[in-house]
Amino acid sequence: MANELDNALQFHAEALNLRALRQQLLASNIANGDTPGYKARDIDFSKALEDALTGRVSSAQLARTASGHLPPAQTAQTGQAGQATGNLLYRQVLQPSLDGNTVDMDVERAQFAENAIHYEANLMFINSQLKSLLAAIQG
Amino acid sequence: MSLFNLFEIAGGALTAQSQRLNTVASNMANADSMTGPDGKPYRAKQVVFSSVPIAGGAASSVRVTGVTEDKSPFKQVYNPQHPLADKQGYVSLPNVNVVDEMVNMISASRSYQNNVEVMNTAKTLLLKTLQLGS
Repeated sequence: MANELDNALQFHAEALNLRALRQQLLASNIANGDTPGYKARDIDFSKALEDALTGRVSSAQLARTASGHLPPAQTAQTGQAGQATGNLLYRQVLQPSLDGNTVDMDVERAQFAENAIHYEANLMFINSQLKSLLAAIQG
Repeated sequence: MSLFNLFEIAGGALTAQSQRLNTVASNMANADSMTGPDGKPYRAKQVVFSSVPIAGGAASSVRVTGVTEDKSPFKQVYNPQHPLADKQGYVSLPNVNVVDEMVNMISASRSYQNNVEVMNTAKTLLLKTLQLGS
């Protein structure tokens, strides 16, 4: 039963984790808007979520084909969110700046706001799911 | 909890941008300082930003790694009556470009505002997460 409850909430929990990770990446893009040579980074959210749900190792990480191989350090430390860091991409820039910085503040701000709303939407989904579970229990 | 890292990231940026604002203020205030402690005119200062990875994540914050002095030559103004004039009658003025500094100031204050906004969003999201299930 506990396992079923876990499964019911797993999708939104994974999505929430990834949203938090993406929020972090976008915040660091905004923070480094004036750092020369900084390259803006992001994740492909839908792909990362798919990978997190299927437990697949992303293509950027090495597969462990023998027991002697060491696990990837990030995955060992941070679990699912660490797996997504293997999917980190660089943002394609439309107007490159002379100092090598690829942060487009408008894009970053828009993505940041969008991601925050998605995060809140995720919370709402979890909340309503919990409410209906409670309703089922209490009758 | 990776949302807490947002405070570290944005906080680092706030510190860095305020340091940049400080430098701008110093440059503007000393735009006409013909002598400093070393007897030479004031040299414009610029901060150097570099990104620093934060612990346990792919994201990075920003830090000021140094303050460099502008090596460009001083402004020369012909004014033989001035007590600091050289043999040819020229006075050296600081190499501060006030227009550049104003632009720098606006850019720094906008970046600061951006990062405050990031912090506010992080706070809202965390509070909403705390109320989960209530």
